[in-house]
Amino acid sequence: MSRIGKIARRSFLIGSAAIAGGVAFGLYAVRKTPENPLLAGLAPGELSFNPWVKITADRITLITPHADLGQGAMSMQALLIAEELDVDPAQVATEFGPPAAAYWNTALGAESAPFLPGDTGLAARATRGAMNAAFKLVGMQGTGGSSAVPDSFVKLRQAGAMARETLKRVAAQRHGVDVALLRSENGAVILPDGTAVPYTALAADAAQSDPVQEVPLRPDSDWRLIGKPMRRLDILPKSTGTQVYGIDLKVEGMVHAAVRLNPRRGVLLSHDATAAKAMRGVAQVLPIRDGVAVIADNTWRAMQAAQAVVCDWGPAPYPAEMADHWAAVEAGFDPAHLDKEWRADGDMDAGLSAADVVSAEYRAPYLAHQPLEPLNAIVRYLEAETEVWTAHQLPRMLQDLVAGVTGQGSGQITLHNQFAGGSFGHRLEFDHVLRAAEIARQMPGTPVKLTYSREEDFAQDFTRPPGMARGRGTVANGQVQAVEIVTSGPSPSRSQLGRAGYSVPGPDNQLPAGIWNAPYAPAAFRVRAHAVEGLAPVSSWRSVGASLGGFFLESFLDELIHAAGADPMAERLRLCNDPVARGVLEAVAELSGWQGPSPAPGQGRGVALVQSFGVNVAEVVDVRMTDAGLRIDRVFCVADVGRVVDPVNIENQIQGAVIWGLGHAMNCEITYADGMAEQTNYDSHSGMRLDQCPEIVVRVLENAPEVRGIGEPPVPPAAPALANAIFAATGQRLREMPFGKFVDFA
Amino acid sequence: MRLNVNGTMHEVDVEPDMPLLWVLRDELGLTGTKYGCGIAQCGACTVWLGGEAMRSCQIPASDAEGAEITTIEGLGTPAALHAVQAAWVEGQVAQCGYCQSGQIMQAASLLTQIPNPSDAEIDEAMAGNLCRCGTYPRIRAAVYRAAQLMREG
Repeated sequence: MSRIGKIARRSFLIGSAAIAGGVAFGLYAVRKTPENPLLAGLAPGELSFNPWVKITADRITLITPHADLGQGAMSMQALLIAEELDVDPAQVATEFGPPAAAYWNTALGAESAPFLPGDTGLAARATRGAMNAAFKLVGMQGTGGSSAVPDSFVKLRQAGAMARETLKRVAAQRHGVDVALLRSENGAVILPDGTAVPYTALAADAAQSDPVQEVPLRPDSDWRLIGKPMRRLDILPKSTGTQVYGIDLKVEGMVHAAVRLNPRRGVLLSHDATAAKAMRGVAQVLPIRDGVAVIADNTWRAMQAAQAVVCDWGPAPYPAEMADHWAAVEAGFDPAHLDKEWRADGDMDAGLSAADVVSAEYRAPYLAHQPLEPLNAIVRYLEAETEVWTAHQLPRMLQDLVAGVTGQGSGQITLHNQFAGGSFGHRLEFDHVLRAAEIARQMPGTPVKLTYSREEDFAQDFTRPPGMARGRGTVANGQVQAVEIVTSGPSPSRSQLGRAGYSVPGPDNQLPAGIWNAPYAPAAFRVRAHAVEGLAPVSSWRSVGASLGGFFLESFLDELIHAAGADPMAERLRLCNDPVARGVLEAVAELSGWQGPSPAPGQGRGVALVQSFGVNVAEVVDVRMTDAGLRIDRVFCVADVGRVVDPVNIENQIQGAVIWGLGHAMNCEITYADGMAEQTNYDSHSGMRLDQCPEIVVRVLENAPEVRGIGEPPVPPAAPALANAIFAATGQRLREMPFGKFVDFA
Repeated sequence: MRLNVNGTMHEVDVEPDMPLLWVLRDELGLTGTKYGCGIAQCGACTVWLGGEAMRSCQIPASDAEGAEITTIEGLGTPAALHAVQAAWVEGQVAQCGYCQSGQIMQAASLLTQIPNPSDAEIDEAMAGNLCRCGTYPRIRAAVYRAAQLMREG
């Protein structure tokens, strides 16, 4: 890539301050369309109209560059192209495609701008435009931030339409008919006499012609696929054990590797591999950064031998004991740690002196990602080219970082992206792939397949940051008047991007997420985020900052509403100043038959509304006290995504995200002792199981002006809605997760 | 050592204590059975031994000798789905899908023993199978649907 692009990729990623210099010098590059990466691989007679459609004499291939982490991204992308291309997604081929600047994410940049989604003022529009320009300039290809649908929704339909119209024009010329008389259907152009000319038969001629540009998109009323249930393209392999994940891949001549890394993330002082080397199937034990790698002929043998290496680990570069982590977060409330004041509406200081102040303090712990497919990667290093097989969300950044390990250029790194057995933010990280590259670099020509044991995966997880919040507020005349939330905790963005060698200038907008952008307008509202350094490394965990912020604000608001003697639903509706969010609250009240937080003795209902990634989601949780503990009976969830692509998949996503939010709030945390995570497997970080899973009733609205993604937004309201329900049922206010430390769940 | 997997005898040369999971995946190339935790906490490695659902990460290869082992590949195929798999497809259960081999093997075993399970019986049988994506509501619905499909034959 260009030098300018490379410099920009190192610094212009997120944050408002990042962009100032980028747009001016990048203006030409920003206007230029990135080249189509498919052109390089085409044989004579093969055709690629744009980076998403490839047609050869025997097949049509749709390129779906967003990683599929289990959320159906491949099917969604294929559906959008097919909507305009007039093919059956199940009858054509799909591929993730190569990493390429052309696949820059058109939605993530705007989302990173620190403005409220409803803000369409000049500054907001200008900054969003600049952020998008920077993402294009650097070719920022990425899957995350619930951006796959908003990024794809228009551009993939345009790609399909452009290809269709070009094929029709070629057919019109070949058959001597007016293009206006042609139709297209099921992968073919239909001539006026009804003859179907397959797209594949037109490919060779179309390859000689300039693509038709600027094709208007079909109106909503003509959609065949969008908004209707789709059979996921991967559902058959995923129901028969035939889906191949990265961990299942075989490459000719490959060896198996397991690693033993410093569980304190410090250095390896010394080690003795004598016993390991003597074990059956072990070929060698190699030194790598802060650990060792065992090469063997079988995954299990490699893992067993890695355990047999005797290691002397150096200390952790962060506090060894959990109490000291919390002490550091508490110390972060000192004004010197202010990252940014994100909201200051009304006269807060007058508000807080006017009446009795309600105050409360909240905590949210470190949490592990731990998707069920353990981290893995296959890497084959050759002097001319290094190949990588793994599931990853940031393909181009991965190329850069692997190149740094192998001493090659980014262009010499080929990534074969794979279906992922879950991610939740885990596969935004690079370390496991870089370890595999480190090993492969020592064994030129041999494909090395590195598989983490579950224990190694837990020990090396870059977790969700912990955080605390202090709320202060006032109530009067049965209403909430003033709300102040001050948070303290490590910045996920600075930790995550810092590891990859990127700087994050300016404040981290994930620290106040779910709080500063709340769709509420009390008489006074102040939100400040404080940042602390020097704790364990952290990262993006499904819904990122909002998973803490939503809990903090919606719990404290519930306390204020209780102090005011108001109804939790009615007072939220009164405070809500965003028509879309209001619609979501009204719908969840109606869906749940809301008549107050205490329907019967021993039962409680809690509500929470959180906006994240531009999506308003409201949830009502019903709990009941039983002899065995608290039982979560039902959850009602309403979300507004602007436009539903697939009603079945969105229900599945929302239910899963609610379960993710509830399960971790119930019984998960990562704690440190002697510098090591104390939780090493699912026995101590369990999440929700089927026997505890409530009925989850979902309704999706389409009132929001823009289409939005749903992977993350239903997570943040789950924990506070549960805490608020528990308060309604028991009178016990839970201000710290996981709640299982204080109550038993049935 | 000789193992009977999906009706086929395989000669394998492995340590007696190698877990059946790794014999299936790395020695026999049957990768439908998944590694998730290695300590019987997730159920992704569930196979049948003599028709009973068991965690293959906990079965030493030597203990599997002489038993009839059935994996997801032996339950049904994309062209000839088992009723449980058909219900899983119909209900669009999977998200990432990584746990689903184990879920399906566990559910099929449950329905063999209890053709008409109650919610509580489904809870008891399926609680050991972890799904990080949270497809539980669909799993429960698909178990009921599979029971219906099996009754209808």
